Amino acid sequence: MWDYVKLILLGLVALLAAIAADWGHDLAYKLHAALIFVIALGMFIWQVRQIGETRAVVDDTGYMDGVIRAGVIATGFWGVVGFLAGVFIAFQLAFPGLNFDWGQPFTNFGRLRPLHTSAVIFAFGGNALIMSSFYIVQRTCGARLWGGNLSWFVFWGYQLFIVMAATGYLLGATQSKEYAEPEWYVDIWLTLVWVAFLAVYLGTIFKRQEKHIYVANWFLLSFIITVAMLHIVNNLSIPVSLLGSKSVQVFSGVQDAMTQWWYGHNAVGFFLTAGFLGMMYYFVPKQAERPVYSYKLSIIHFWALIFLYIWAGPHHLHYTALPDWAATLGMVFSIILWMPSWGGMINGLMTLQGAWDKLRTDPIIRMMVISLAFYGMSTFEGPMMSIRAVNSLSHYTDWTIGHVHSGALGWNGMITFGALYFLTPRLWGRKQMYSMSAIDWHFWLATIGIVLYASSMWVTGIMEGLMWREVDAQGFLVNSFADTVSAKFPMYVVRGLGGVLYLAGGIIMVWNMWMTIRGGKPVTVAPPMPANVQAA
Amino acid sequence: MADNKDIDEATGTDTTGHDWDGIKELNNPLPRWWLWCFYGTIVWGVAYTIAYPAWPLVNSATAGLLGYSTRAEVAEQIAEVEAQNAEVAAVLASADLSTLSPDDPAHRYGVAGGASVFLANCSQCHGAGAAGVQAGGYPNLLDDAWLWGGSLEDIEYTVRHGIRNDTDPDARWSEMPVFGDILSDEEIGQTVEYVLALSGQDHDAALAEQGLVLFEEQCTACHGDAGEGIRDLGAPTLNDAIWLYGGDRETITETITYSRFGVMPAWGPRLDEDEIKAVTLYLHQLGGGE
Repeated sequence: MWDYVKLILLGLVALLAAIAADWGHDLAYKLHAALIFVIALGMFIWQVRQIGETRAVVDDTGYMDGVIRAGVIATGFWGVVGFLAGVFIAFQLAFPGLNFDWGQPFTNFGRLRPLHTSAVIFAFGGNALIMSSFYIVQRTCGARLWGGNLSWFVFWGYQLFIVMAATGYLLGATQSKEYAEPEWYVDIWLTLVWVAFLAVYLGTIFKRQEKHIYVANWFLLSFIITVAMLHIVNNLSIPVSLLGSKSVQVFSGVQDAMTQWWYGHNAVGFFLTAGFLGMMYYFVPKQAERPVYSYKLSIIHFWALIFLYIWAGPHHLHYTALPDWAATLGMVFSIILWMPSWGGMINGLMTLQGAWDKLRTDPIIRMMVISLAFYGMSTFEGPMMSIRAVNSLSHYTDWTIGHVHSGALGWNGMITFGALYFLTPRLWGRKQMYSMSAIDWHFWLATIGIVLYASSMWVTGIMEGLMWREVDAQGFLVNSFADTVSAKFPMYVVRGLGGVLYLAGGIIMVWNMWMTIRGGKPVTVAPPMPANVQAA
Repeated sequence: MADNKDIDEATGTDTTGHDWDGIKELNNPLPRWWLWCFYGTIVWGVAYTIAYPAWPLVNSATAGLLGYSTRAEVAEQIAEVEAQNAEVAAVLASADLSTLSPDDPAHRYGVAGGASVFLANCSQCHGAGAAGVQAGGYPNLLDDAWLWGGSLEDIEYTVRHGIRNDTDPDARWSEMPVFGDILSDEEIGQTVEYVLALSGQDHDAALAEQGLVLFEEQCTACHGDAGEGIRDLGAPTLNDAIWLYGGDRETITETITYSRFGVMPAWGPRLDEDEIKAVTLYLHQLGGGE
């Protein structure tokens, strides 16, 4: 019976998508409708062929690791795609000729830039968060993922979101809101996927075998819930037509700006900080084989972080139409946020107490430690840049870009690499990664890449900030905007080279993962599960 | 479990007794320095919100004890500079530029201020060094070739009213016909050869001879008998090596076939009187002023 319901639903989706592909008003919408048509039709045919077949019995004891393996591969793949896009647009800024005439308008900087940011944040970072959430919640709850194949829906649904977002940007479908560019139907789809993600996660926590909920799960849960709230509120919009991609925002003017940066800042706060802290709280103690440094610190800094972060958004709108009082509050909350952010760094680094010697022998630990170091640096830099006087120099300059990348490449990237190196051998039952020296190479390439990137952006950011405000004795501006652009050229080249190094490290990692997965015989056949869970 | 203390061997600290997938937690207190820094930022934060505008009320917000506002701050800075320059700016605004001595402080002020006005408003098209951008048809302002005149009076007029815009009825105006609608491709080719000959470039002499006839019929009314250009019409000189859009065969063919229609906005409504005079003085002294 259920099979026939599925068949009817898939057939309906295919039919509606085919109609939408034919009647759509713009290319992005038509392409996406065609894509959904092909997927629905493929699933329909597959479903028809399944009818009457006897199903292989699925073993639903033990941990559900198939979806995590898929997530590990997706994380590696999107990482390289995102880094490559970043390197290309970095060189487009240095050499504008790379905005090739033959690729216009699809491959110009304006369309590739959101492709890069979404690919690294949502495709690479998002897949890393989803797959490690699924891994961590099972291990620390001693329970199999709730919801059967719902986690597979989350995985594939999220990949569809990524593909629709990315192709939409190239074809010109965008809301023009930073980090929230996808148009209304892509947003609705992501909402469905995210609710399923929350359900799987909460369901697993509810059926846990452990009495207490581990700290990593607090962070991951806060990430999932808050991102859902941010996503829905910032994407409130009315489609111009149900057959077109364009929509109009519900908020306007400074209220829209404030909503956008409430979203934008907390995307950093709950996606890139809280979510990745959840990863850190599992992978660092596991890799170091040491207890977490302080339970008290984890409680206090968790609640302080969660409470304070949500108010810090207005510091993105200093000296704008936003009223002064809102800007002041944003700045004050940002500065009070400094110590709660550092709590995570202290807890992570001090967890190595008694295991510092591993820094010499274990390149994966080294990756995690440098990740925490960059986390500490950028969570100091952030509050500093939120101070109104500092912001008047740094805002709109490349300093912001440098700040974001020391956090993204250093903290998010390195902790994800560490997690991938931790997970790959375990998920495929290998003793360790195929090549430990390749991890060393990756570590140094990535580290030098970040240093080149961040330092060149500091130099060029502060330089352009000073050039913009430079006035002569009579109060006249000294530089034109174009003067500042041409002065930045050498630093843009250095930044691009830093990106090349970081990308090279990423490619080495993917190769290493590939060789680990492909080569050798599995050491263990089934993933181990605590005895009390198997009995349950 | 909680009764039996579980001591971590490496550090001698007791744990909380929890164990998740082999992960335990030490029962360490909050680091003191961390806690005091956290308290410090909170105290500072409260004090700051009392000193500066911060807390939203029903219809307004607290103004803060210091009475600070970002708008007031920038207004104050601008007022300071304006007060400092008020006297000399007033002299410049009412000055007759053609009689203003280069030694007059108002002249020096004008050239310096004009450079700044130029960088902020004009360099986007004419380039930061005022050398123009040929690919876009933005003229070079450093040389002796002036489309509409290079005297102080002419420059000031052009800045104030602009060229071929539809916002200022006094804008400088002229329009080259689209010769693609008037002449055949063959005739355009002949005219191009004649224009190449005029400017002393390599050309096909036979075609240029036929082009001479067409040039006299179609072009001399605006560009002059010898292609010397007519300033009242903004018609460029064709018998020199200076080109607004480019002087190679391909570009001249494009110009004749499709025409050109370069637009400059009127700056009268956007700049102050002293700024218009200042940028005029600046442009005039760049090298080509008449």
